[in-house]
Amino acid sequence: MIKGELNVKKVLRAGLIAGVVMVFVSAIGMVEDFDSRKVIDPFLSLGFLALFWYVPRAGYKVGHEEVLEGMEEHPVSSQQVVAGLSVGVVGGVVISILVVIAHVMDLRDVFIRLSPKLVATLTFSDSVAEPNIILGIVWLIVISAVLGAIGGALHLVSDRLRRQILFAVGAIFVVAMLEDVISQILRTLGLGSANRLIYRAAALRIVPAILVAAAGFFLGGRDRAERSRIARYLADPDPAERRRKSLIVAAITLAVVLIAPWLLGSLLSEILATTAIFLLMGLGLNIVVGFAGLLDLGYVAFFAVGAYTSAILTSPLSPFFAPEWPWWYTLPPVILVGILAGIFVGTPVIRLRGDYLAIVTLGFGEIVRITFLSDAASPWFGGAGGIRNIPGIPLGFDTVSGSDPEYILYFALALVLLAAWVSYALLNSRVGRAWTAMREDESVAEVMGIDTVKAKLSAFVVGAVLASLGGALFSAKLGSIFPTSFELLISIVILVVVIVGGMGNILGVAAGALVLIGVLGGPRQPGLLQEFGEFKLLIYGVILVYMMLQRPEGLIPNVRRSRELHHDEMNQDAWLKAQADTAEEPAT
Amino acid sequence: MALLEISGLKKGFGGIQALGGVDFHIDEGEVVSVIGPNGAGKTSFFNVITGMFAPDEGTILFEGESIGGLEPSVITQRGIARTFQNVRLFPNMSILENVMVSQHCRTKQGIYGAIFRTKAFKEEEQLIEERAKDTLSFFGDRLVGYRYDQAAFVLSYANRRRLEIARAMATQPKLLLLDEPTAGMNPRETVELTGLIGKLRSEKGFTIVIIEHDMKVVRDVSDRVVVLDHGVKLTEGHYDDVSTNEQVIEAYLGRPAETES
Repeated sequence: MIKGELNVKKVLRAGLIAGVVMVFVSAIGMVEDFDSRKVIDPFLSLGFLALFWYVPRAGYKVGHEEVLEGMEEHPVSSQQVVAGLSVGVVGGVVISILVVIAHVMDLRDVFIRLSPKLVATLTFSDSVAEPNIILGIVWLIVISAVLGAIGGALHLVSDRLRRQILFAVGAIFVVAMLEDVISQILRTLGLGSANRLIYRAAALRIVPAILVAAAGFFLGGRDRAERSRIARYLADPDPAERRRKSLIVAAITLAVVLIAPWLLGSLLSEILATTAIFLLMGLGLNIVVGFAGLLDLGYVAFFAVGAYTSAILTSPLSPFFAPEWPWWYTLPPVILVGILAGIFVGTPVIRLRGDYLAIVTLGFGEIVRITFLSDAASPWFGGAGGIRNIPGIPLGFDTVSGSDPEYILYFALALVLLAAWVSYALLNSRVGRAWTAMREDESVAEVMGIDTVKAKLSAFVVGAVLASLGGALFSAKLGSIFPTSFELLISIVILVVVIVGGMGNILGVAAGALVLIGVLGGPRQPGLLQEFGEFKLLIYGVILVYMMLQRPEGLIPNVRRSRELHHDEMNQDAWLKAQADTAEEPAT
Repeated sequence: MALLEISGLKKGFGGIQALGGVDFHIDEGEVVSVIGPNGAGKTSFFNVITGMFAPDEGTILFEGESIGGLEPSVITQRGIARTFQNVRLFPNMSILENVMVSQHCRTKQGIYGAIFRTKAFKEEEQLIEERAKDTLSFFGDRLVGYRYDQAAFVLSYANRRRLEIARAMATQPKLLLLDEPTAGMNPRETVELTGLIGKLRSEKGFTIVIIEHDMKVVRDVSDRVVVLDHGVKLTEGHYDDVSTNEQVIEAYLGRPAETES
C-alpha cells in the first residue's frame, strides 16, 4: 500500500501466504483434529480458529506501513479495507483449490490427512460421503474475505480501540483454553454450578463469551501506566521502602504458589511440577549459555547423571549396588556427581568456542544416554530396562512420590527458588562479571586477567549441579527411569525455553518454561493444552522462528542482551542524548 | 635491574616475520615510546609481551622472571596491563562493570562466597566498587555519576579510549602498555591525554610503554624512543636524536629521490 493505492503485487503475495498457511494447517490435520474442540459453543471450533487465524493478520499487515521518524504518514482510507478483503479472497481461493483437489483426487498415499473427512469439515458439510463442495467453497471464500476485511478495517480505528478489540478477542481465547484450570478452581471452591453456566463441553457459552470479551475490551482500554500497577508500586524511590514493598509482593506470590496446588488439583499440579523441573534445568542452562555464553547442547547428560545417581542409591532394584538410602541422603552424592560430571564434560571441551563447543557437547549428551542404554553397562545401570521401584521422598509421616504431584511441586519449587537465587547471586558477583566479560570478548577477558579455563569450568559445574538436582527429583517423581527419558530432544527443548523466554534473564526463563512447558507441554509430558499433543513440536518450531524474527531477545529480555541485539537503535538514542550533553562536555 | 627485559624476541606468522629479534628494556618509572611505520611489528610486540601470542624465540624477563609463553591472565596477574589499538571494551557491560571486572586477578571471592553472601564477599564487592569509582575519577567527571550504569558502547570514541585506560589501570599493573592511545582523538583531546599520561607516571607510579604515531605526543611524554621497522629495532634514544636519525626518516618517508639508484 504505497500512497493509499492498492498495490496488486503486495496484496497477491499476502493472499497467497495466507492461503498457504491455511493449506498447511489443513494438510497436517490440525483443522480436522481440533474441530471437535470448541472455543465458543456451538459455532467456533479450535480447528477453524487454527484455519483462519492468519487471515485477519494478513489483511492487517498488507495495509500496514512502518512509520519511521521523519517519514510522511499516509492517511488511512477504505483502500485498506479493500486490500484486506482482497487478501482474504485470494487466501480463500487457495484453500478452495485444496478442497477441490482433495475431493477429486485421492492423495492420501502421500498426504495422509487429505481425507474425505477433511473435505467435509472444510466445506461445512454434515455428510462425509457427499460433501457440498460448491456451497462450502463459497462459504470459505466469504468467511476468509470478511476476516481479511476486518483485519484491514483495524487500520481505520484508533490505536486504543484496536488494542481493546485485540484484548477482547484474546480474552475469549485465553478463558476458553484455560477451561481446565478455571473449572478445576471453581469445582474446588464448590462452585460447580457456576462452572456449568460458563462452559459447555469445555467451550465457552455465548453469554459468558460476550462478558469475557467485554472485560477484555475494558482492560485493553486502560493505558499502559495503569495496567502495570504492580511495577509502579514497586518502583518506590526510597530503597528501604522499595525493599519492604518487594518483600510484600514476594510474600503474596509465595502464598499464592503454596495454595495453588490444592486449588488446581492433581492433574494441574502435575503439569506445574513438570514445568518447575524444566524451569530448574532452564535456569541451570541459562547460567551456562546465557551468562557464560557456552552453547551446551548436551545438557540433558547432567540431568541423567543426577537421576541415575539418585535412583541407584534409593531403589532396591538397582542392579549392582543398592544401599536403599532415603532420598534425602542421596542429595550430597548427587551434587558431588554433578560437580564431577561438570568437570568431566567441561575439561576436554574448554578450549573450544562457539559451534565447535555445541557439537562436542551434543556428542557428550548422546554418549551419556547410550552408555546408560548399552548392554555392556546394563549390569550397573539396567540397560534399556532402566531402574524401577524408586521409592520417592520420605517425609517421616508419609512418602512423596509421583502420585502426590502437589508435594512434588513444592519440592520442585524449592529447587527452582534455590536455582534462581544461585543465578542471581552469581551474576552479581566477581564470578558472574567474569562470565559476562568472557561472553563479550574472550581474548580480551583473558588479557584483563580472567582465567577463562576456570571461569568456563565453574559455569559448567554450577549448571551441572542444578541439572543433577533436577534429575534426582525427576527420578523420585517418576518412580522409574529409562535411558529414553534422557533423549537429545530434552536438551533442545530446554534451550528453546531459555531462548524464547529471554536468555540471561531469570524471569525470562520462567516465562519461557510457563509458556512452552506449562501450556504446550514437555517433549513427553502433557501440558495445559493437551489438544496440541502431536503438534507440540511444530508449534515449538513456529514460536522459535517467530521469536527469532520478531523478538530475538526473548519474552522478558536481559538488558544486556537486548542492547547487543539492538545496537543501532541504542546508538541512535545515545547519540540524541549526547546532543543534549554537548553543552556539559565540549571536548567530545 | 630493568622492570622488563627482552632479548632476541622473534615471532613469525607463516611467511611474515613480525618480530625479527627485538631487544628491549624499560626501567621502573620510565616512559618509553615505540614508534615505527605501519606494519613495523609494534602491536605484535605488545601481543607477545601480554601473552596473546607465544614468542618463537627470545626471552622476556619481567622483574627478573621469565614470562614468555605464559597465559595472558597470568601475565596480567604478574603486573602487565594493556589497551588495544582498536578499542576493545566489553561493549554491553556498564562502564562501572568494565572497570570492576578487570580487578578479577586482584580479588578472590568465588562461587561459595557469592551464593552465601559471606561477610568477606560483601567487603570485597564494596572494595571492588570503590576502587572502580576511584579509578574512573582519574579522568575527571567524564566517566562518573550517571555514566556508571551506561553501556560502554554508548561512549564517544575518546571516552572509550579513556575507559580502556581505566580498565587497564584497575588491574593494578606495574607496567602499562598503551597502544595508540590518541588515535582518532582531536588535537584538544590529544593534548589532554598527553597530560594524563604524565600523571599516570607521576601520580599513579606506572611504568609505561606507549605505541604512538603522533610525534608531538611522543616528544612530550617519553624519556626514550624505540624505533621498530620490519620487526627489528632500528634505533633507540632520546626523542631529539631519534627524530633526526636518517634511518628513521628513511623508514617513514623513504629515501630522497636523488640517492635512489
